[in-house]
Amino acid sequence: MSTALEINDLVVRYGTKTAVAGLSMTARLGSVTAVVGPNGAGKTTTVETCEGYRSPTAGSVRVLGLDPVADSAALRPRIGVMLQEGGVPSSAKVGETLEHFARFYQNPQSPRELINLLGLSDVSATYRRMSGGEQQRLKFAIAIIGRPELVFLDEPTAGLDAHAKRIVWDVVNQLRASGVGIILTTHLMDDVEQLADEVFVVHHGRVVGNGSPEELTSSELPTMTFRATAGINLASLSASLPNGVSVVEASAGSYRLTGIAGSQALKLISDWSSEQDIDVHDLNTGRRKLEDVFMELTRGGATES
Amino acid sequence: MSATELSFTPHAGAAPATSQVLAQARYEFKLVMRNGEQLLLTLIIPLFLLIGLTYMPFIKGDDQPRISVVVPGIIALAVMSTAFTAQAISIGFDRRYGVLKLLGVTPLSRLRLLVSKTCTILAIEAIQLVLILVVAAGLGWRPGGNPVAALILILLGTASFSALSFALAGILRAEATLAAANAIYLILLLAGGTVIPREQLPGWLGTFGEFLPSGALGNGLRDVMAGEAGIPLVSVVVLILWGAAGAAIAHRTFKWE
Repeated sequence: MSTALEINDLVVRYGTKTAVAGLSMTARLGSVTAVVGPNGAGKTTTVETCEGYRSPTAGSVRVLGLDPVADSAALRPRIGVMLQEGGVPSSAKVGETLEHFARFYQNPQSPRELINLLGLSDVSATYRRMSGGEQQRLKFAIAIIGRPELVFLDEPTAGLDAHAKRIVWDVVNQLRASGVGIILTTHLMDDVEQLADEVFVVHHGRVVGNGSPEELTSSELPTMTFRATAGINLASLSASLPNGVSVVEASAGSYRLTGIAGSQALKLISDWSSEQDIDVHDLNTGRRKLEDVFMELTRGGATES
Repeated sequence: MSATELSFTPHAGAAPATSQVLAQARYEFKLVMRNGEQLLLTLIIPLFLLIGLTYMPFIKGDDQPRISVVVPGIIALAVMSTAFTAQAISIGFDRRYGVLKLLGVTPLSRLRLLVSKTCTILAIEAIQLVLILVVAAGLGWRPGGNPVAALILILLGTASFSALSFALAGILRAEATLAAANAIYLILLLAGGTVIPREQLPGWLGTFGEFLPSGALGNGLRDVMAGEAGIPLVSVVVLILWGAAGAAIAHRTFKWE
């Protein structure tokens, strides 16, 4: 697989405000790379630098091997972009708009088939009368109409119902399988869990964590969590634990065992709970939730002044 | 969903530049024709004023029929409404809704976008001109003067007003652009020597109007269509200066996002 995107020590400043403060990341073709982070973390600035909207203050950005600003004319036909906000005139109709964007490219996708695939059946609906979900799908269609090598999607499933979300996920999976590189900017962990091959967590303009969703959610030490009534005396449980395994009440009613996981841990807990007549539920073994990892990595203020 | 299997294997590439420009011009033309306010501004008001001013005694014909004085002014007004007012409003809103931003990452370069916008404006002006001249002929107007010189002035006025529309949209936000473009249109319509000949305005106002782009175009068109030889130099210089000033301001202030 070849490189879709390579960012080295990117710094972007607006006046005195530093939006991106030395960020490095790479993304591959045929792969979904998610850029996640709280609002104001520098995700959008990073992605817009890749799209050629702004120039780096320092560091370098290469997209499909090209400089997004200097080689803009060569790059633009090869990428597709879905902006979070707008992009379509309010009185434009679905069909004519997609047909229009198709005319910019040499070998476009059939607008009609793309409209069918994405379930945008009413081709004469004007943009302003469409639901938020339909507007999202039209913008998604515009991003992929030119059969690009690399697609930038900013919050592609925001405002979509479950069915429409499935459709978009399905098309993204097809794009990946066909060798297209996908850069996904999102704050929805749902999207990340479903789609991402590689995740970059951005905070205060830097990458604070990266890896596959599996790598990010697996802990160094095996863990197991469960819920029960708050304030249980854990002495009896601690006593029955093997060496190197500990148990704590992480928050009221939520307990975590560290150093053990899987069936061994399950057996331990169930034996102990029936013995003590304690009602244990929500047993979870091995993995943390992506959401928790994300919160942990980006703790300490959502924005930076 | 559809039974057809689309291939998503990359097959990227830009269409030829001319196809891109024509597609964009066609799309924008369709959108303008669908916009009631734009049609009111570019077609209905000029035609309404053409008929009104021909029958009402506001403008004097002096040695020629009144309509011969009215028609060039209406043409100047039509050019201003399309190249300046309507365009400033549409680019203000296109920018606000991210339309220009999204176009910025398609193969359509900014230069091509400018060319396509120019094509759209020229297409609308052609429709305006045909309608104005047909209605005028119905009201008894007969062509006179030098049509080539008139056409040169119209093109120069279009370029000048276009540059000014980008300057205005560059300085102001979308809503303010809308308000300012309409206000300037009204002021130039009434005070600028656009439809009212300079000789029929109070002295200072007539002189003032000669240095406005609208007055320069209106006065210039009245001169050449009344059969004056050559192209009026004052009008040409005034239009070029306003166009250059507009282009300089637009270059400094206009952002595509």
